[in-house]
Amino acid sequence: MSPALIALLPFIGALLPGLLVRSGRSVAATASGTTTLIALLGLLLHIPAVMRGEEIVARFEWLPLIQLNANFRIDGLGLLFGILILGIGLLIITYARFYLSRQDSVGKFYTYLMLFQGAMMGIVLSDNILLLLVFWELTSLSSFLLIGYWRHLPAGRQGARMALTVTGMGGLAMIAGMLILGQIAGSYDISQILQSKDAIQASPLYLPALILILIGAFTKSAQFPFHFWLPHAMAAPTPVSAYLHSATMVKAGLFLLARLWPVLSGTPEWFWIVATTGLITMLLGAAIALFKDDLKALLAFSTVSHLGLITMLLGFGTEEAAIAAVFHIINHATFKAALFMTAGIIDHETGTRSIARLGGLRKLMPVTFLIGTVAALSMAGIPPLNGFLSKEMMLYEASHLDQARQLFMVVATVAALFSVGYSLRFIFHVFTGPERDDYPHHPHDPGFGMWAGPALLAVLVVLIGLFPNTMAGWLVDASATAVTQHAAHSHIYLWHGVNAALIMSIIAIAGGAALLGGHRPLLAAWDAAPRPEAKSIFDGLLLACVRAGRGLTDRLTNGSMPRALTGFTLAALFAGCYAWYTGAAGKVTRPMLPIEPVPFIGWLLVMTATGCMVFFHRVRLLALVLVAIVGLITSMFFAYFSAPDLALTQISVEVVTVILLLLALNFLPKRTLTETSSSRRGWHAFVATLSGVGFGALCYAIMRRDFAFDPISGYMLQNSYKLGGGDNVVNVILVDFRGYDTFGEITVLGIAALAIFALTQTLLQGNSARRLLNWKHDQARAGDRHPLMLVIATRVLLPISLVVGIFIFLRGHNQPGGGFIAGLVVAIALLMQYMASGYAWAQTRQTIPYHALIGAGVVAAGVTGIGAWFNDKPFLTSAFGYFKLPFLEEIELATAMGFDLGVFLCVVGAVMLALNSLSRIARRAGETVNEKPMDIDLSTEQQKGAL
Amino acid sequence: MELLVATAIGACTAAGIYLILRLRTFAVVLGMTMLTYAINAFLFVSGRLVVNKPPILHGHGEVHLADYTDPLPQALVLTAIVISFGMTAVVVMMSLGAFIEGGDDRINMPKDDRIMPPLKTIDDTKPEDETA
Repeated sequence: MSPALIALLPFIGALLPGLLVRSGRSVAATASGTTTLIALLGLLLHIPAVMRGEEIVARFEWLPLIQLNANFRIDGLGLLFGILILGIGLLIITYARFYLSRQDSVGKFYTYLMLFQGAMMGIVLSDNILLLLVFWELTSLSSFLLIGYWRHLPAGRQGARMALTVTGMGGLAMIAGMLILGQIAGSYDISQILQSKDAIQASPLYLPALILILIGAFTKSAQFPFHFWLPHAMAAPTPVSAYLHSATMVKAGLFLLARLWPVLSGTPEWFWIVATTGLITMLLGAAIALFKDDLKALLAFSTVSHLGLITMLLGFGTEEAAIAAVFHIINHATFKAALFMTAGIIDHETGTRSIARLGGLRKLMPVTFLIGTVAALSMAGIPPLNGFLSKEMMLYEASHLDQARQLFMVVATVAALFSVGYSLRFIFHVFTGPERDDYPHHPHDPGFGMWAGPALLAVLVVLIGLFPNTMAGWLVDASATAVTQHAAHSHIYLWHGVNAALIMSIIAIAGGAALLGGHRPLLAAWDAAPRPEAKSIFDGLLLACVRAGRGLTDRLTNGSMPRALTGFTLAALFAGCYAWYTGAAGKVTRPMLPIEPVPFIGWLLVMTATGCMVFFHRVRLLALVLVAIVGLITSMFFAYFSAPDLALTQISVEVVTVILLLLALNFLPKRTLTETSSSRRGWHAFVATLSGVGFGALCYAIMRRDFAFDPISGYMLQNSYKLGGGDNVVNVILVDFRGYDTFGEITVLGIAALAIFALTQTLLQGNSARRLLNWKHDQARAGDRHPLMLVIATRVLLPISLVVGIFIFLRGHNQPGGGFIAGLVVAIALLMQYMASGYAWAQTRQTIPYHALIGAGVVAAGVTGIGAWFNDKPFLTSAFGYFKLPFLEEIELATAMGFDLGVFLCVVGAVMLALNSLSRIARRAGETVNEKPMDIDLSTEQQKGAL
Repeated sequence: MELLVATAIGACTAAGIYLILRLRTFAVVLGMTMLTYAINAFLFVSGRLVVNKPPILHGHGEVHLADYTDPLPQALVLTAIVISFGMTAVVVMMSLGAFIEGGDDRINMPKDDRIMPPLKTIDDTKPEDETA
């Protein structure tokens, strides 16, 4: 299976639970599980090839100009992480099916989870750092959604925000670091970057790049001093914690360190920054974990500690340490995911995660006890479990360092000692001891579905511990080879003879047992000791930022719109003047066109209408009519200066806009009172005149000069027929050359209409709905609201105007017209029916909802564009041909027509939805609904006449 | 002719700006409509004023660029016109909504709305209603 497909599958899987949301937990879980399983199988099929040292590559050009390409690659490291992500993902999906309750919205949960899974797969399989960054940010976002999944819990929301802030900021730093790295290496492809170690390490930008990338990796992997977000993220549902915070997301930082290990490691800077950070984190996390009362908090800090351990190993920069790091990644994922799920089971069955309220669960929950104990002993590093093996390797590497050996040996042993302490505490304070009678629920083992996943992991813990080379050796070798770029061979044995590492291990186990014995007094001392609370510092910083932002806003604006707009206008004016006086304008080269009488009349009309409009703007209806005059002349202006398409568009938009404003004016006051003093009005008039003069002068200056550079439209004129198959160059630009812009534009138009719809929805509820119900119109209603003449005339006009619409649509490619104009014409034709016979009457005869029209339009345009892919052409490349239909002229059928149809539908839908919204408001305000098309009932009138 | 066009654009701009500086929403909407005309016309004239040379090809032989006006600004303005309709519609609905909800159509933020509660914590004060 192609690596790209493996990365894509979880995203496809993310769509399913959302669509199947009504089918219940099992269906959603099965859908997510199946896609995960397929992806996992696809990945596993590549194992033989990876073991042979091959790399499986899939490359797609995405944005080659900025070297952002969708390149995917499976090597040993990607394989290891892929197996972890998909394998543990599968277990988590099963587990979550039983963990979540009926009240939880399961579709959303699985969608987020699969989204996250896809993002993680994207990170580990990307062969392009820009692509990797995209997926990296996506993990931050999807983990935000997952941590805050229980939105009703304040802790969940705060934890999610904190995680997003910290990892998001780290991500920003990392983007900068990655860009520097790519610049030095001359390529953004990871396989290329890995070849340029010398260039990167010799560059003066090596250190800044290193630090920025490390900030990204450390925030993600919760390394000191960014470790504080991880425990707060524990407010997430336990399946999320087990997945994100044991096996996957927090390992993304480690993955990155491992991925870039060949080019970044080996320098003193790398060693000191990375190894020391890892060491501090390992010690700090382990020490705090020992004193946490919440089971998940204990596990969270222990995760911090173990991540520190792996970071330190990667920081050592030796091949053996890298092997140990990779091995510990596997081991930690197995035992920690099992432990999180165990904690979740305990929480689920007893109703509490507080260790102080637990104890004595051994007999009540024997299966959970067995799984938890095996996993916890592995975490403690007790032989013969897998945690012991990699911890031994870590201690061995620490005792064989060339520099600062004593420091690392001592601190690593102390950290291991704490680690034994909290692991034993997990066993002894939760499971052993006397049974209690005050558990919130009566505890018992959960169903098979819930313990199957952790049990499988616990079996792996034992098997890897007993047969490390058979079970995991090959994977460790493959991934360590990918990390170090040299053929790595691991030699993992349970018994190495008596060496420094073994002695350190024994000290740790003995010391850890002693710690557990003296836990009570130690805890009292810990609680009494003053220490900085990360959350309050974080909150304080954030609060300071919010305060500063608020202060700045308050200083900049006082809530007065004219004031803000005056400032804006003056700034624009200043910028324009500055540009004019500092820049160099070309010479006046174009002669003036002679003034013809008809355009001159148009000019007189515009000037008069504008002047009157300003003067009479308080009489709103009059002002609206005057604005409409300006709009009509604008349309004629376009027609006169060789722009027939624009003229048609402008005139139809004008009609629609005026109707819209009239309908709104129905509710608004009909007059504006004078509220500003004359001096203020004078000042505003001054500002307005200045900017008008400036803008007019700019237009004049442009019009009197020829193009400074050859316009690019020469290409479009020359290729309009050859490539786009149309004579109307403007239309070909819209649907073909710049089709992507148009696609965006109709989407925006659709969104605007939907926003109007949503706005109306809220207006029809609550306070404003009550106001509308008691609405008193300030003007008398017309007696004959649906006049006979209008009704009959519009009915006659409807088919004619629809035919005109179709005609304009069909000719658009070669003559003035096209989807935009046709859409507006058809919308006007429909509007006339609504105006003549009333909204409700017309609506019952119109069955397609306008939202659907907008959606269909965007889809039609998109599908037309995608169609080009099947002919190996870029998005929106059009094909065309000419056909002769009976009784009609020769017409052209181009794929662009499908696109134009999308434009058409979207425009009709958007215009109608906007006006529909207004009429809904009118009906709520007591507009009567007529049952007949017009007020006078013709049938009864005729009968009267007959009588 | 250029002078006429420039003065008309200038007049529309001045009127538009004067109106958006008023205190009531309807005047501001009208002002934005006027500004839309001016700006669309400005974009259009960046293709220069050309009479009787619409960018519609006559014949499929060699294309003489001098026979046609610049089509690109036209294509840009065409979508701009439609989008500005969308914008006007949203603004109109917003002002209508504000009028129905708030009872007046003033555009400035009332003084009372500007007084924010003092910040003690960055956390949101009340949890969202999950049942909604």
